[in-house]
Amino acid sequence: MAVALTSAALLAAGCSSSGGKSGEESADGAGGGKGVDTPRMTIAMVSHSGEGDTFWDIVQSGAKDAARKDNVRFDYSHDDEAGRQAQLVQSAVDKKVDGLIVTLAKPDAMKGAVKKAVKAGIPVITINSGGEHSAEFGALSHIGQDEAIAGEAVGDELNERGRKKALCVIHEQGNVSLEERCDGAKKTFDGEMSTLNVDGTNMPDVQSSVEAKLQSDDEIDTVLTLGAPFAATSAKAKEKAGSKAEIDTFDLNAQVVKGLKDKSFGFAVDQQPYLQGYEAVDALWLHSYNANELGGGKPVLTGPQIVTDKDVPRLEKYTKRGTR
Amino acid sequence: MTAASTPTPPGADEAREDGPPAGTDAARHDGTETGTATVRSDERLVHRSLFQRLLGRPELGAVVGAIAVFVVFSVVADSFLRASSLSTVLYASSTLGIMAVPVALLMIGGEFDLSTGVMVTTSSLVSSMFSYQMTANVWVGVGVSLLVTLGIGLFNGYMLVRTKLPSFIITLGTFLMLTGLNLGLTKAISGTVSTKTISDMEGFASARALFASELTLGPADIQITVVWWLGLVALATWLLLRTKAGNWIFAVGGGQETARAVGVPVARTKIGLYLGVALGAWISGQHLLFNYDVVQSGEGVGNELIYIAAAVIGGCLLTGGYGSAVGAAVGAFIFGMTSKGIVYAQWEPDWFKFFLGAMLLVAVLLNAYIRKRAEAKR
Repeated sequence: MAVALTSAALLAAGCSSSGGKSGEESADGAGGGKGVDTPRMTIAMVSHSGEGDTFWDIVQSGAKDAARKDNVRFDYSHDDEAGRQAQLVQSAVDKKVDGLIVTLAKPDAMKGAVKKAVKAGIPVITINSGGEHSAEFGALSHIGQDEAIAGEAVGDELNERGRKKALCVIHEQGNVSLEERCDGAKKTFDGEMSTLNVDGTNMPDVQSSVEAKLQSDDEIDTVLTLGAPFAATSAKAKEKAGSKAEIDTFDLNAQVVKGLKDKSFGFAVDQQPYLQGYEAVDALWLHSYNANELGGGKPVLTGPQIVTDKDVPRLEKYTKRGTR
Repeated sequence: MTAASTPTPPGADEAREDGPPAGTDAARHDGTETGTATVRSDERLVHRSLFQRLLGRPELGAVVGAIAVFVVFSVVADSFLRASSLSTVLYASSTLGIMAVPVALLMIGGEFDLSTGVMVTTSSLVSSMFSYQMTANVWVGVGVSLLVTLGIGLFNGYMLVRTKLPSFIITLGTFLMLTGLNLGLTKAISGTVSTKTISDMEGFASARALFASELTLGPADIQITVVWWLGLVALATWLLLRTKAGNWIFAVGGGQETARAVGVPVARTKIGLYLGVALGAWISGQHLLFNYDVVQSGEGVGNELIYIAAAVIGGCLLTGGYGSAVGAAVGAFIFGMTSKGIVYAQWEPDWFKFFLGAMLLVAVLLNAYIRKRAEAKR
């Protein structure tokens, strides 16, 4: 009861005059107006995302915006376990959707289901990962970032910045695309690069592990995180460890943009997830409306785009509304 | 957790050696002697030296394990012994330990909670989103979060005592529901899967001071979570060893029916234990929020097993009725030391989980060995 009284007292103490919902500016979104009047079609997207991943949220908002414009009903489902992801694809096929968007993070497990969809006459577009298998499985196009190329771009950027010793923080051990990012960066980076595995669902663990690594090796001058939420945590670890390392990261979110702005981060590598969702839906619409095919059998790359403090003014409001 | 009247194979379960009837003093003192002593006199009155009493403590094995792990990393990792490194290790241990202590109490009481990992995330999400959406002073969110988290604990406990189903199943249900709620509600309310920043809101600074600040102690900065952790250990130890409620906890874990027969309020004790877990989740959750300012809704999955592991490493039995809060804290410390020590030692990162598992297994084996020896000596 004491608790109830305390919070009642706190409630009485009133509101915050800064920040919060009322400090929010109304963001202008896309798709408010009227779209095309082609017949309504249904497009399903099945991703390998786990629960609550910011990245996939942005992919979805891209897909939804395109769906609004193209008069498409958009169904999203996801499972980070490959077998269950394949089942989700199967159920989309059973529902006879008009188009299918899938990710191929674990290509072997997805092969059967994707081929079945193609056989059933459903146009398939693969996004995000697994570009090299896309055509083989019979997909129309692949829209995504080549992780190795993105990694290599990071290595080049680090060279340009005169970095000597970098740490690559892998937040999900054994995830192929994360490993590819690190390996790509290692390939082009002239300095030395080591890796660190952390438990991405446990932020205090991420912080203390990065802290421990920086304390054990004070020559590390760059920390490269592979997902936006881990950049801010690494910055905290760096501060605690008294390290001078620069924090660079893959992917964007509002915190990263803020960090780029106040120069606590060096650069971010954006693979433009919004584009992956938007273009995939739009490409399927184009295919049905006009029999177009995108990419000429080669993956269409949505990244890497290196973002620094100079780009911040343009990006800030887009990350806040969740489309960058 | 069978009734204590069933015959017990020798050395199978310390809880029963403690000698029922449960709910009396004997249930918490860790076994003076096997039943034969009672022929001579009341076993509770047998005098024992301090050394013997130390040997009988459930956390003894864990303490030896912790010392062993500490020595190993002091030798193999150059940077392990620095003050700043130890403060990092303590921080890692404390974030586990804050939850491991109430989880240990719950396990002594004979129950599990699989929803703890995500409950921490729920707690921080509620706090953050309430403050943000209402544009309220963040302390209001903190208070609301406490009520909601305690509500979840109450739900777990109430469902358990009402349905009499295994706590494993009930809290598995809560775990999955909370995982879904965390994501679903965050997306419905914030529009994205992470919360919006509340660092520019009123009350943030003072709340951060309480939940996520650091104290300078000589050469090292100690995170305030360490203080919370030690405070909880002290509170839980006092509760277990010096209060009637402590007796009840041991009693319901040792044998629920016997406990009920001697007048222990079983339902109230169990619900209380779940409330304790919820309180721990609330503290951890507020730390998460005020340390990182933004909360990812998918966090926390899998941590519940680490909390249970810390309690078991620290000497709690999976079957209930035996264990200690200090042991759970030492268990968390072993886990924290090992996971960070491997980094300090610069061992091959791909093998991290293997090393972690192997070190923990060795620590537990050592723990079990010491305990057996200690019991043989008595």
